[in-house]
Amino acid sequence: MAEYREIIFNSDKIQTDDYFVNIGPQHPSTHGALRIVAKLEGEIVQSIDPVIGYIHSGIEKMCESLSYPQLIHLTDRMDYLSAHMNNEAVCLCIENALQVEVPERVKYIRTIMDELTRIASHQLWWCATGMDMGAMTTFFYGLRDREPILDIFEETCGARMTFNYNVPGGLMFDIHPNFQKRVKDFIRYFRKKLPEYDTLLSGNVIFKERTKGLGVLSKEEAIAWGVTGPSGRASGYSCDVRKLHPYSAYPYVKFEEKLATDGDTFWRYQLRIEEMWESMKIIEQLIDNIPEGDFAVKMKGVIKLPEGEFYQRVESARGEFGVFIVSDGKKNPYRLKFRSPGFSNLFVLNELVKGVKIADLVAIMATLDLVIPDIDR
Amino acid sequence: MAFSIYDFTDLAQSIHNGLSSSLTPVWTTVIEWAIIGILYILFVALFGLFLVYAERKVCAAIQQRIGPNRVGPYGFIQTIADFIKLLMKEIINPKGVDHFLYNLAPYIVIATVFIIISMFPFAPGLQSFDFDIGVFFVTAVSSVGVIGILLAGWSSNNKYSLIGGIRSGAQIISYELSVGLSLITMIILSGTMQISGIVNGQADGWFLFKGHIPAFIAFVIFIIAGTAETNRGPFDLPEGESELTGGFHTEYSGIKFAFFFLAEYMNLFIVAAMVTIVFLGGWQPLHFGTGNGFNAAMDLLPPIIWFFLKVCTIILLIMWFKWTFPRLRVDQILTLEWKYLLPINLFNIILMSVVVLMGWHW
Repeated sequence: MAEYREIIFNSDKIQTDDYFVNIGPQHPSTHGALRIVAKLEGEIVQSIDPVIGYIHSGIEKMCESLSYPQLIHLTDRMDYLSAHMNNEAVCLCIENALQVEVPERVKYIRTIMDELTRIASHQLWWCATGMDMGAMTTFFYGLRDREPILDIFEETCGARMTFNYNVPGGLMFDIHPNFQKRVKDFIRYFRKKLPEYDTLLSGNVIFKERTKGLGVLSKEEAIAWGVTGPSGRASGYSCDVRKLHPYSAYPYVKFEEKLATDGDTFWRYQLRIEEMWESMKIIEQLIDNIPEGDFAVKMKGVIKLPEGEFYQRVESARGEFGVFIVSDGKKNPYRLKFRSPGFSNLFVLNELVKGVKIADLVAIMATLDLVIPDIDR
Repeated sequence: MAFSIYDFTDLAQSIHNGLSSSLTPVWTTVIEWAIIGILYILFVALFGLFLVYAERKVCAAIQQRIGPNRVGPYGFIQTIADFIKLLMKEIINPKGVDHFLYNLAPYIVIATVFIIISMFPFAPGLQSFDFDIGVFFVTAVSSVGVIGILLAGWSSNNKYSLIGGIRSGAQIISYELSVGLSLITMIILSGTMQISGIVNGQADGWFLFKGHIPAFIAFVIFIIAGTAETNRGPFDLPEGESELTGGFHTEYSGIKFAFFFLAEYMNLFIVAAMVTIVFLGGWQPLHFGTGNGFNAAMDLLPPIIWFFLKVCTIILLIMWFKWTFPRLRVDQILTLEWKYLLPINLFNIILMSVVVLMGWHW
């Protein structure tokens, strides 16, 4: 206290350092243990420095000592909102390495589950974005609609978030007899409820004023920083892995890759809403045509990948999720690397927030849709 | 002792007569002050608790939830339980705070609330102070409250608090203008600044209906500016929790936090009561013209119920704003005030003057 007074009253000692504010690691709008060191001038953000690693758990290193079926269970702890996609990426990588062809039924079910996961993830993102902008009601609307999806998951594989439904060569169980009916019920329900999202948040004039023209990311920058997913597509960067490198049942379905050119916060928001519509279209095309057959192919007791390097990418709810396995022919990988979308999407933040207000920093961060375990791994 | 729920003047008079018949004038005044003070403290505490409960139920209804329903019937005791918990919490003085200002700030905020509430007529005869510059006094005292918030932001030795306090200062001082100007608009119509005069002037129709378009414009502007004055959503930047965690009251705990919390809800009541007094006739029942059957039917409901009915309707409206709209950004809030509300308001004063001059109001 005395030093404080001294600094105030002896003007030659006034500190003229930069003004830093720590946002996080425990902060309502970082959605996890992320720390943003923001250099401010009044309310205006000059630059930010994301500090990551607060919940780093060394998943990649742990994978090196686990067998392939075991390490799948770690992947849904990373991006827990697109757990099914992460599981699937590893399984596809192993199947491609072993050149196993999975039954058509597996491909269909995996794709339906993918899209349901994507809808659930975008719903939660919508909840959180509304909260970050100060509209509390969105949170309950989003969770209300997410609940039926989680119920479907629970009935299908017993878990609501960390599924472990994929195994190398197929699925762990067959689908529940109610699965098709409940998914169709949900689609019918959600087609009625999704317009509410627009009337509640996106149609609001305050929301439009706050997001339009804010945090513009150009296409070149998006490519340079490796921003994928809806955040990248809002800048016009066509990066949908489902279109570019189709996997599972995506070659059989018709859907649009939604693109925008503005690259601002509003379009990053809007594209995710539109993706939910597209996901529903994909599910509707598949749900009635799930072919009969086995839910898994018989794999060897101990899975050993041939020597070499294998890469598989999938489109998770946040962007391109990649698995890179280096195998030396043993039953566990020699080295394993995940390319997580959140990591690349986070580090473009510094480019977007220069000169915006501190409230806009939160809004931009929200539309990048960060999941912290996905970044820290 | 004559008592009527319709008019409290006789009751007040009989209490005063009873006291002064047995006591000296000084002691009469002291005891009357004490009674009034205790009544106001009770009112603020109980109505504040009611508002907290109401907000939880209203936001639950908007968010498709049930809200508190475990403690007491319909969860009615829940807020009381929460308040007791708040009182029993440890009062934390963080390192490096300016102790004097840090401890003073919540009292400034809560004191202004009491001073303003003492100006309000709840029913005929239920008003403590009534002088000829009543409306001016209310606006003047309500701007003192911002000093408490600024002090809280400054003295907390926390960057979040500081930003919250500065935002609050910029916001409330700006919106004072709109509040003041829309009140001036209505004073032109009423011809008096005395609060009882304003209420009595609405015996044959509320000013909202009497003043035609300019009164309606002033009404809308007053509600917007009033919402901003109370630091409530969509203008809750000073405590914008997604950016500033708690804003100016981040470092406060226990009873001091409770003061800020209570003051926020009582400010909500103050804004709603001002809207009611200036635009919706105060405790006056809904009247059109004089001496017809409709007015007589409306008079059946006691004035105090009319007052709280109107206040609660306005409070519901303001709560509805908070739970539906996203938060504005600090520059947008200032743009809204200085570029839109202020010019409209100035124009509206001229319009109202013309309406009053030409005798177009009724």
